[in-house]
Amino acid sequence: MERAYYRKLRWEIITTIIIFSVLPLMVLGAVIYHQFSASYTAKTLESLRTLAENRRASLDLFLEERVAQLTTLAGTHSLKSLRDEEYLHKVFNIIQSRSRAYIDLGVIDDHGDHLAYVGPYHSILKGVNYKDEEWFSAVMASGLYVSDVFTGFRKVPHFIIAVMVRERNQNWILRATIDSEIVENIVQAAMIGKNGDAFLVNRDNILQTSPRFHGKLLEPVSCALYGESCPNFGSATGTIVEEKSIGGMERLYGVSVLQNKRWVLVIIEDPAEQLSPLFRARYLGALIGLAGILVIIIGAFFTSRSMMKELEEMERKKAASEDMAVQSSKMAALGKMAAGIAHEINNPLAVIGEKAGWMKDLLKKEDLAHSPNFQEFADSVAKIEHHVARAKKITHRLLSFGRRMEPVTERVDINQTLEDTIEYLVNEARYRNIEIQTELAAGLPTVISDSSQLQQVFLNIINNGIDAIGKNGVIQIKTHFLARTNQVAIEISDNGPGIPKHMLDKIFDPFFTTKEVGKGTGLGLSISYSIIEKLGGRMMVASEPGKGTTFTIYLPVQE
Amino acid sequence: MDKFRVLVVDDEEDFLETIVKRLRDRGLETHGVLSGEKALQFLEGQDTDVVVLDVRMPGMDGIETLKEIKKRKPGIEVIMLTGHASVESGIQGMQLGAFDYVMKPVPLDELLDKMRQAYERKVIQEEQL
Repeated sequence: MERAYYRKLRWEIITTIIIFSVLPLMVLGAVIYHQFSASYTAKTLESLRTLAENRRASLDLFLEERVAQLTTLAGTHSLKSLRDEEYLHKVFNIIQSRSRAYIDLGVIDDHGDHLAYVGPYHSILKGVNYKDEEWFSAVMASGLYVSDVFTGFRKVPHFIIAVMVRERNQNWILRATIDSEIVENIVQAAMIGKNGDAFLVNRDNILQTSPRFHGKLLEPVSCALYGESCPNFGSATGTIVEEKSIGGMERLYGVSVLQNKRWVLVIIEDPAEQLSPLFRARYLGALIGLAGILVIIIGAFFTSRSMMKELEEMERKKAASEDMAVQSSKMAALGKMAAGIAHEINNPLAVIGEKAGWMKDLLKKEDLAHSPNFQEFADSVAKIEHHVARAKKITHRLLSFGRRMEPVTERVDINQTLEDTIEYLVNEARYRNIEIQTELAAGLPTVISDSSQLQQVFLNIINNGIDAIGKNGVIQIKTHFLARTNQVAIEISDNGPGIPKHMLDKIFDPFFTTKEVGKGTGLGLSISYSIIEKLGGRMMVASEPGKGTTFTIYLPVQE
Repeated sequence: MDKFRVLVVDDEEDFLETIVKRLRDRGLETHGVLSGEKALQFLEGQDTDVVVLDVRMPGMDGIETLKEIKKRKPGIEVIMLTGHASVESGIQGMQLGAFDYVMKPVPLDELLDKMRQAYERKVIQEEQL
């Protein structure tokens, strides 16, 4: 039950430690990661915006340049001079030498008739009338027209730029075909990483350049890749940057509308690539977090283990001191009882003693001396007196056990007291061939105590040792000073047969004796115990059957 | 040996009777009473040298009786007889002027020695007066 309780407690401690350490760790990690992620994502989106605007500016610049070139060309020449195909050819060659973007150049009058043409499709286009074309009416209305990309019969993606010129009362149009490869190149420069994509769409979401993954040129943008339909990029305004999930795939979108409002640049990035440092940070953070949790768990286990050990140790000590308390209260109760019994027995004993004494007195009278059984009477009376004396000894020991007399307090030199005590016993010991060895610490501090009571205790223990050994043995007496607890320790060991374990906790109980009936009262050790206790000390016993017994007495050293 | 007058005070009748007989047998003029009150009454009427006084008695106990005796007849020597865990009261008695104390049961010879010593002290003190 104890074990189960400790185990439960330990688990509670472990759980508490883990929860209270891991939770803040995780919250901290999550907050830091969230902050980092937000700022990093913002930075990534910002750079995507920069890229989109940058590319858009390049495209705008390119288109503006073309428009400017054509406007300049048209404005600085008369219809008459440009109608001359040879001259037009010369001009075409000049602009072509600077920019490979031009495919052909044509001059068209306000009726839609192709007046002059320079380019690879002379035979086909020369006689064409553009009056019904959409772009023709558009340029006639606004003076400038930039078309969507188309392949036409050239089978090469291209678009046209047309500018209208007013010359006196006649309008004419300079029209150029621009190879969209350059536009394509500008857009492709924005394809980043392995999964990044970039393309142009018109307002109807029709692709104007070839994307890597999102459909084919001149077809609607396709998001087949994600298994879903694409957002309508064509309807965008200004520049938009966002992170969006299509069909469960996270993508970063940068959308920017060109100046001509006709085309929209779309840049798509894979966050897995763009945010890889963030993911690395997340991975690293998770790793460190896991390692931290592991350390916490290990720490919790070790801490709880040492705590449990400490706790069990404390429990043990507490139990021991409770045992001691029980022992001393047992002593007190038994002391009272013993004194009571001794008193009750003492009075009749006194009467018996007196009666026997009286009988002895009477036996001395001469008339009885001649009685045939005189000797028998005399012997019996002597025996009665002898046993009264014996009973008296017991009752007096009981009384001294129970008495509550304050011990005398004096400075006692323990070593001296021990030596005095040994004096009494040395003859008895020698007779039994028992050696009493002493190892008394020099300079032992004196204790405030009662030397005669201490002597009684020492006498008791050494006597017990001698009795235990019987014949041929050694009794060792050691003293030393314990500076840490400020106590004097007296160790008295014998190499007798030892005390069996089941008796060890009873030896201080009154009337417990292993000696033959009539040889011991069973009070010696319990009296010794209560004396030492009254003197503020402690008495302990350790014994190993077959090896001997050691009594240790600790006495406090008072200032 | 001087003959002197003794009063034994003890509530245990058998003990009292026997010890009185034994002391008389040894030639001492001995009387016995069963309580402190009776002892005081007796001492009023009769000169006594030594009182052997049991400490524990019902009614007036030994210590009280001792105090009274010492108040009324300071010349009388008192030997306290303690029968139980009352070494303290024996000592207390001595502080109150008792000559000595003995533990019950006491061998008669021992008690006689004490009584003689007590008597001697009484004689010496009377001579000094």
